[in-house]
Amino acid sequence: MTILRVEGLTKRFGGLVAVNKVDFEVSEGSILGIIGPNGAGKSTIFNLVSGIIPPDEGRVVFQGKEVTGWKPYRMAREGIARTFQTTALFEELPVYVNLLIGYRMRTRSGLWDVVLQTPRARREKKEAAEKVMEVLAFTGLAEYAFRPAGSIPQEAQKRLAIGIALMGNPRLVLLDEPTGGVGMEETNGIIELIARIRERGITVCVIEHKMRMIMSLANRIVALNFGVKIADGVPQEVCEDRAVIEAYLGEQHA
Amino acid sequence: MEKLEKYGKRAFFALLLALAIALPWIGLKLYQLRVLTLALAWAIAAVSLNLILGYTGQASLAHGAFLGIGAYTFGIFTERVGLNFWPSLLIAGLVTAFLGLLVGLPSLRTKGPYFAIVTLCFNVIVFKVFENWTWLSGGIQGQKVPCPSFLTQRWARYYFVLGALLLVLVVVRFIVKSLLGITFMSIRSNENLAEATGINSFRYKLLSFTVSCFIVGLAGALLAVENQHLDFTVTNYAYSFNLLVYVLIGGAATLSGPVLGAVGLYYFLDYVEKSLGEYRFVLFGFILIVAIIYFPRGMVGGLSRLWDWAKGRHASYRAREVTP
Repeated sequence: MTILRVEGLTKRFGGLVAVNKVDFEVSEGSILGIIGPNGAGKSTIFNLVSGIIPPDEGRVVFQGKEVTGWKPYRMAREGIARTFQTTALFEELPVYVNLLIGYRMRTRSGLWDVVLQTPRARREKKEAAEKVMEVLAFTGLAEYAFRPAGSIPQEAQKRLAIGIALMGNPRLVLLDEPTGGVGMEETNGIIELIARIRERGITVCVIEHKMRMIMSLANRIVALNFGVKIADGVPQEVCEDRAVIEAYLGEQHA
Repeated sequence: MEKLEKYGKRAFFALLLALAIALPWIGLKLYQLRVLTLALAWAIAAVSLNLILGYTGQASLAHGAFLGIGAYTFGIFTERVGLNFWPSLLIAGLVTAFLGLLVGLPSLRTKGPYFAIVTLCFNVIVFKVFENWTWLSGGIQGQKVPCPSFLTQRWARYYFVLGALLLVLVVVRFIVKSLLGITFMSIRSNENLAEATGINSFRYKLLSFTVSCFIVGLAGALLAVENQHLDFTVTNYAYSFNLLVYVLIGGAATLSGPVLGAVGLYYFLDYVEKSLGEYRFVLFGFILIVAIIYFPRGMVGGLSRLWDWAKGRHASYRAREVTP
């Protein structure tokens, strides 16, 4: 079953067409890899799907509902969570508070609940704390719980960014280079984390440059070059695709 | 060690509160009691600014205007409409909050320094309006503000404002320790990420700003009661900067910082007024520069650094013992 369908997605920045009539589908519970050289439009696609920027043309359909051009916070509430290429965290706040923020959209306590300390405010705070414990354990961040997010190791920051995304019980997570700037050994920990996310039935779209990693992890791969989709299929097919090899290595190697 | 820190902090604030309660009885001159009452009212205003500036990360320079609007709303309803003290106080807060909401709707769509500029412009406009609409403000003569019978004594007003400050602090503490407060802080920390995690940042900025304006409106009303008089200068944008300095010097995004900053600076500046006159502002500027360079997290930040330093000396002493 398809959880996300993208049709004819187009984004222009001035004269540059960053994303050009891209179509793809993601089936529920799978991992989709998105690959392509620098500037191929991978991150722009994530920005379009998560609502950071609106598309010029095309449609984004999530769980059968058209969500094209929605604001990021509405996309997140609908169940599309994401991480950023340059790891974005609430740096001066402790790790557990970073996670709490990720759960906020699932709670409803407003000003009056807080000022009057209503049972709802207390109940939701407790729920949030339980969810934090769960995600701390799932991402292996318990030892850092009380450290400011900006002060923990790079690889732990990457896991925290994924943890924040998981706090809101998403149906789909978009991971933008989850292992970027992380050593080979530590990469394995993150690969394993992504696999465990899929085991929970959460669909994953991942942008990645480390080919070996994406080949072993993804169920399907979409390859882009200059904003155009050049290949779409199971990893082995895409890997052997003439256009993909050309895009990465140049014409003479194809 | 953490427990010690927690109890130490509690003991420190309990002592401070005991001192504040005892002050009228330990030979304080009536004039000084008046200065302290005003300082406490300014502290309430500083706490309100801290909510939007310190916790939500939006530098409002319109709080001088909202202080004045609260003061005048209270003054007009008590003196000219003839309403009682309590309903007038509530109306002062509500009218200020409502105007804050109206100002926030367009201005909170701007970010960072642009928000500061837009709010400062609003304050300048309000100041000019109050200066020129003498039918509203009473111009330079201003207007009388009646004092309810239970507040005619100076010490009564002092305790009343102290109580109001404590109440405001309790409410702000509830907010910042809750999921709502964490939402405010997420916007200060990384607004784009907050949006991507499902937080409608505009809505929460507007909420924080409106609550902040409600509190600063109350502070304005309390200032008016203490002075028993009002004129248009209460809306002066210079007060916006004063409040900003109280918060920054005391320690933004801490509960006690704005209180310590406001009371300390207000009292100090009043103390040196006789000897230094207008030159006190030179000293004020000097303190501001030193504070920003050496204590970027304000007085409270400085205190906790002092504590860390004391602890660190102990820790490094132990570290030296174990290193070969």
